[in-house]
Amino acid sequence: MEKIRLTALFLLVLGALTGYFIYSSEISPESNFKFKLGLDLDGGTHLTYRADTSDIDPIEVPEAMTALRDTIERRINIFGVSEPIVQVETGGIFSDDENDNRLIVELPGVTDVTEAIRQIGQTPTLEFRLEDETSTSSVNFLALQATSSEEIAEQIRNQYESTGLTGAQLDRSRLVFDQMTGSPTIALDFNSEGREMFAGITKNNIGKSMGIFLDGILISDPVIQSEIPNGQAVITGVFSPEEARELVRNLNLGALPVPIELIETQTIGPSLGAETLEKGIEALLIGFAIIFVFLVSLYRLKGLVASVALAIYLIIMLALFKLIPVTLTSSGLAGFILSIGMAVDANILIFERIKEELKKGVGKYDAVKEGTAKAWTSIRDGNITSIISAVVLYWLSGTSVVQGFALVFGIGVLVSMFTAVVVTKVILLALTNKK
Amino acid sequence: MFVIKHRKIFYGISIAMVAISLFAIFNWGIKFGIDFAGGSILEVEYTETKTQKEIVIDDINSLGLEKEFSVRETGEAGYIIRSTTLTDTEKNQIISAIGEQNPVEEIRFNTVGPTLGKELVSKGITAFMVIVISIILFVAYTFREVSKPVSSWKYGFVSILAFVHDVLVPVGLFAFLGQFYGIEVDTLFIVAILVVLGYSINDTIVVFDRIRDNLKKVKESERKDKFEKVVGKSLKQVYARSINTSITTLIALVAIFIWGGESTKWFSLALITGVIAGTYSSIFFASPMLVTLSKMKPSAKKVEKVEESEENK
Repeated sequence: MEKIRLTALFLLVLGALTGYFIYSSEISPESNFKFKLGLDLDGGTHLTYRADTSDIDPIEVPEAMTALRDTIERRINIFGVSEPIVQVETGGIFSDDENDNRLIVELPGVTDVTEAIRQIGQTPTLEFRLEDETSTSSVNFLALQATSSEEIAEQIRNQYESTGLTGAQLDRSRLVFDQMTGSPTIALDFNSEGREMFAGITKNNIGKSMGIFLDGILISDPVIQSEIPNGQAVITGVFSPEEARELVRNLNLGALPVPIELIETQTIGPSLGAETLEKGIEALLIGFAIIFVFLVSLYRLKGLVASVALAIYLIIMLALFKLIPVTLTSSGLAGFILSIGMAVDANILIFERIKEELKKGVGKYDAVKEGTAKAWTSIRDGNITSIISAVVLYWLSGTSVVQGFALVFGIGVLVSMFTAVVVTKVILLALTNKK
Repeated sequence: MFVIKHRKIFYGISIAMVAISLFAIFNWGIKFGIDFAGGSILEVEYTETKTQKEIVIDDINSLGLEKEFSVRETGEAGYIIRSTTLTDTEKNQIISAIGEQNPVEEIRFNTVGPTLGKELVSKGITAFMVIVISIILFVAYTFREVSKPVSSWKYGFVSILAFVHDVLVPVGLFAFLGQFYGIEVDTLFIVAILVVLGYSINDTIVVFDRIRDNLKKVKESERKDKFEKVVGKSLKQVYARSINTSITTLIALVAIFIWGGESTKWFSLALITGVIAGTYSSIFFASPMLVTLSKMKPSAKKVEKVEESEENK
């Protein structure tokens, strides 16, 4: 008995502490655990691009898509959007088209999309430029590379002069490990035109550094060690395998441009987003309040316990949203409110069973135990069907609206099973005297 | 039990609901939004004085964009402009044209390519099929122990009949709303239908679970209760729960409908009708249907024989 009461107390304290965590992490400005709001609640722009990968060897498609993503991410970073999301999405398991590769770009806070679309839409350019010794200004490269302002990138670019050699003359680049030292190096294979140009450049400029620019940004500046007549260059240096791999990807992107086409745009003004969020929270609070009144008037003390369990359910869900983290959207919010109804369902099933046990003349304590046990099969079976729906929805739909809903709904069903069966039972048992 | 005794009346109500829904669906069709059909939606709001709707339409027409479009008022000073696909430049042209007299602000702008819409339809259908098949298998599996006097597959079959009923009602309602109020069906509507599907089956399973439980008890006590009586008793035990649960779910949904944002308003309405239909069908349709099926002598006997011969092996 004491053990049950302690467990109940423990659950309540844990719930209160979690509630405090949610509150404090939301008001503290530097917390890493703030709610992540989707574009529809926060305002911003959502762009979907289709990448035309029909000219690319299917094996190289994932690599090309990653390179494309990196490039677009870099372009977006130039115009300083906070927390942009750029992700690759394939058509899904049941897509008819193997070449259907998409790129999703989310720009929170950006509602003037014209400029964004223009910048993103360019085909990536790769340029090989030469260090210009006559350049007057001397800039500290290391300090500059960390920043991403357009102007500084431009300044750096101006310190190198054009050679005419671009990604169009590069066949491909590969990651090669040096046979002697085992350190990663990057091999460049130029085509016949590039071979001649490259031979000329390297012959006349030994000792100078060559700036490799992707979309106007310096990604590497190797020093020319010797003349390279055969069009097969190797960039050595102190790379980590990761860095080297990224560089290869970037170089290949310039060599293998993936044309992209804009197929969907969504812009949500900040006022609409804020209003949707405000209304969603209002609906949540009002819904919860009415359910509370309903439960207490119908089941009295048990209804109060169910409401406490429901409050703990809400707290657990909110904490999970922060910890996983789940990006909240308006459809997710609707899934959340709907799952409250489902969470109460399990409690009602248990209460009705307890009532029946009491009618049979079983003692209160045993009635709670028996009632919970007997309600379990229908709670389990009913919720499994909901979980099946949630999983299928999440898995099959590539649409973020549906996924937002399915994720919240699925987690909600799982958590509600816990709060109904464990929390309600423990508190009810703690309140009942064993006789 | 009242419900079992008068089951024909309740079947009649269900059949009438389904018939009305089917009529609405086939007569008026469903009005698909840009999520499916492709196109653009532009929502704007006048910040100071609102321009008249006719003038807004004239302003857009004067651009000569050769697009089909419709203008609908929203909120106090806003308009929703639906059109065939607009480019970003065309959208900006529209905004400056309608903003000449009074300052106007862009609230949201969505464009969906036509291929994306087709894909959504095929994904929706696939999701529907996968959910239905997994749930039938699951129901047949969990009810495998109670093959007498009604085979466990019939529980699955009846759950399907019940959810076809539950899904048709909101779809019919939206055919009606589309025809008379211009309400369009979007991605969230598909989600709502799939949730109704899950909810409907959940509700039906709770009743069936009780029947399963009571059948077991009857078997253990070696009484010879009629199947009909067992179903009636089970219904009596669960209807309070079914109604109470539905009320709490409905409270949550009505809260979304009244106080929630614009984007989830129609979503919640689809769910509200689905939940009401689901609660009705689990009590007044699915369980009586089991009784009706058990009375269909030939098939019931056959099933029994098969079961017996399997047990004898």
